[in-house]
Amino acid sequence: MALLEVKDLKVRVEEREILHGLTLTVNEGEVHAIMGPNGSGKSTLSHVIAGKPGYEVTDGQILFRGEDLLEMDPDERAAKGVFLAFQYPVEIPGVATMTFLRTALNAQRKARGESEYSTPDFLKKVREVSKSLNIPQDMLKRGVNVGFSGGEKKRNEVLQMALFEPSLCILDEMDSGLDIDALRIAADGVNALRSPGRAMVVITHYQRLLNYIVPDFVHVMSRGRVVKSGAKDLALELEASGYTQFEDA
Amino acid sequence: MPAVQETVERVKRIDVDQYRYGFETLIDSEKAPKGLSEEIVKFISQKKNEPDWMLQWRLEAYRRWLTMTEPTWARVEYPKIDFQDIYYYAAPKPKKAITSLDEIDPEILKTYEKLGIPLREVAMLEGVEPKVGEEDPARRKIAVDAVFDSVSVATTFKAELKKAGVIFMPISEAIREHPELVQKYLGSVVPTSDNFYATLNSAVFSDGSFVYVPPGVRCPMELSTYFRINERNTGQFERTLIIADKGSYVSYLEGCTAPQRDENQLHAAVVELVALDDAEIKYSTVQNWYPGNSEGKGGIYNFVTKRGDCRGNHSKISWTQVETGSAITWKYPSCILRGDNSRGEFYSIAISNGFQQVDSGTKMIHLGKNTSSRIISKGIAAGKSQNTYRGLVTAHRKATGARNFTACDSLLIGDKCGAHTVPYIEAKNSSATFEHEATTSKISEDVLFYCVQRGLSQEEAVGLVVNGFVKDVLQQLPMEFAVEAQKLISISLEGSVG
Repeated sequence: MALLEVKDLKVRVEEREILHGLTLTVNEGEVHAIMGPNGSGKSTLSHVIAGKPGYEVTDGQILFRGEDLLEMDPDERAAKGVFLAFQYPVEIPGVATMTFLRTALNAQRKARGESEYSTPDFLKKVREVSKSLNIPQDMLKRGVNVGFSGGEKKRNEVLQMALFEPSLCILDEMDSGLDIDALRIAADGVNALRSPGRAMVVITHYQRLLNYIVPDFVHVMSRGRVVKSGAKDLALELEASGYTQFEDA
Repeated sequence: MPAVQETVERVKRIDVDQYRYGFETLIDSEKAPKGLSEEIVKFISQKKNEPDWMLQWRLEAYRRWLTMTEPTWARVEYPKIDFQDIYYYAAPKPKKAITSLDEIDPEILKTYEKLGIPLREVAMLEGVEPKVGEEDPARRKIAVDAVFDSVSVATTFKAELKKAGVIFMPISEAIREHPELVQKYLGSVVPTSDNFYATLNSAVFSDGSFVYVPPGVRCPMELSTYFRINERNTGQFERTLIIADKGSYVSYLEGCTAPQRDENQLHAAVVELVALDDAEIKYSTVQNWYPGNSEGKGGIYNFVTKRGDCRGNHSKISWTQVETGSAITWKYPSCILRGDNSRGEFYSIAISNGFQQVDSGTKMIHLGKNTSSRIISKGIAAGKSQNTYRGLVTAHRKATGARNFTACDSLLIGDKCGAHTVPYIEAKNSSATFEHEATTSKISEDVLFYCVQRGLSQEEAVGLVVNGFVKDVLQQLPMEFAVEAQKLISISLEGSVG
């Protein structure tokens, strides 16, 4: 059974159709890149999979391990193992990052009927992961993303990914606003999480990110559809020829 | 359904109908006849065995009150109150005179137990010696004065406080036992003529707490009063007077609850604080009066006058309040910064939900030189509630070097509530530095979605964001109560009651 099956998905936002019948299949262990120009519906796809309010699914299906994802609340999806790394992670003033991580992790574990982490186990785990991501401990005491640099915000997303151990990671424009060093640290963190039991969907406008996170498959989106799919070389082709060839597709 | 919409729906269904303190205690009580007259004022004074000067003081206030009209400037609406339809005195009928905690009506003790106020347990702690290497239990001890309807039923730790020279007792007792202190300070911060409700209180107040901390003494424990309205149609008019003599320190907390009732109940308290040279008073309130049901029926009208006088040089008064209850709140804990280099602080969390109306804030009146004040107000409006911050910062002509910093933040949940900020600033000398910051924000869809994407439920997400929003103020509460207040905040905004 595929991990994620998106079948002929049609989505509207305020009466305007954004996705016009999108189909995508992702198996465990695979890394898929979704590329496309601005406004092609890449972010809409990621939001609909994660269950963001404000989108109306008019047709099609999203199955996660064969279960209907669209029937689930966003927090249920998270507990099932769907993780979205945000393009613009929000700031939550007054809520220490550490508190947030722990509350979220325990909420997910509780939803799955697992026991909550003990404080020492949790701290140990956070320390390990944050060290590998070059995240200083005092950053974890600050409010969630408050005063974080672009790079810190993205690393905080990867930190959560590592802590929550989701089976599907969707990375929405992870490279936006990052310089090359920050990008490398974040990408290394993501690569460390690649495993046979976990799939990733990497959404990006530029090929650059895919030098660091090398995908197994590349899909090109245009005007709410996947217009071309191929192996990793497709990204390089696109970099050379641009998206204009697909604009009229 | 969009996340915020869902939250709004949930908020609508909950809170008020699930008020967890809404039980009634069945005890015999003794009431004065309904209505207000000179006879009633005399009745109350007599019940309390008061000296004549106290009766005269009350009568003067009563006569003054007859000439006054209710204030209407606050942004709150309610049907006219019939002041003749209220009981002004109700007391649990004592089976005999009480000399120790053991003789308190077990029904009343049960009530306080349900409220989480361990009168007995706290008292028992008293005899426990700290074991070697263990934290001194005194650090965690809290002396409690419990006021039931109109009467103070128990004060704990009296003996231990007496050792430190601290006087903590029902004000009715203080009037008899320490008349010189009461006469000197009562009405010296909030005069009997101050305002309609304060004047009413002066005439009919039945009990409350009295605290005197002698010079140089740091009060060895938190002092706390719990107010409980139980009787139907009964007004509660408590009077609190706290005096911190030179170089002393005291931290005081009050908590309030009431049963669920269809009719509205009136609560008009007066709190007076006096801080002499180098003294500090920290006054914290966790107010959770019954807010009325989901249709806006019932609930407490909370018309309270609270004022602190930084009478001495280098004195400090700090108000911290967490306001989650009451149908209507009309309350402005204020500081008169009379002494040079004195400091006033006001930290407030005001949460309104359902049909609650809150008009609250503070006044910082700078009179002395180099006085400073700080105001941090966090208003959270949900449901169909209206939440107003009203504040006055003023510097007298002679108050050179006065400084104030004000930050008022409002958070809206849903689109049927309102948040309003009404700041008044007056500087009568050119050396005053007043800063005012204000923000109003809606709890954002994006923030909620971020949280639920990480596995938090909608309710947990709202609770987390709100607790983050009010964190600066929560930190000002004594540790023991910060946790309780945090829970209370979640309860007032979510369905997670019980």
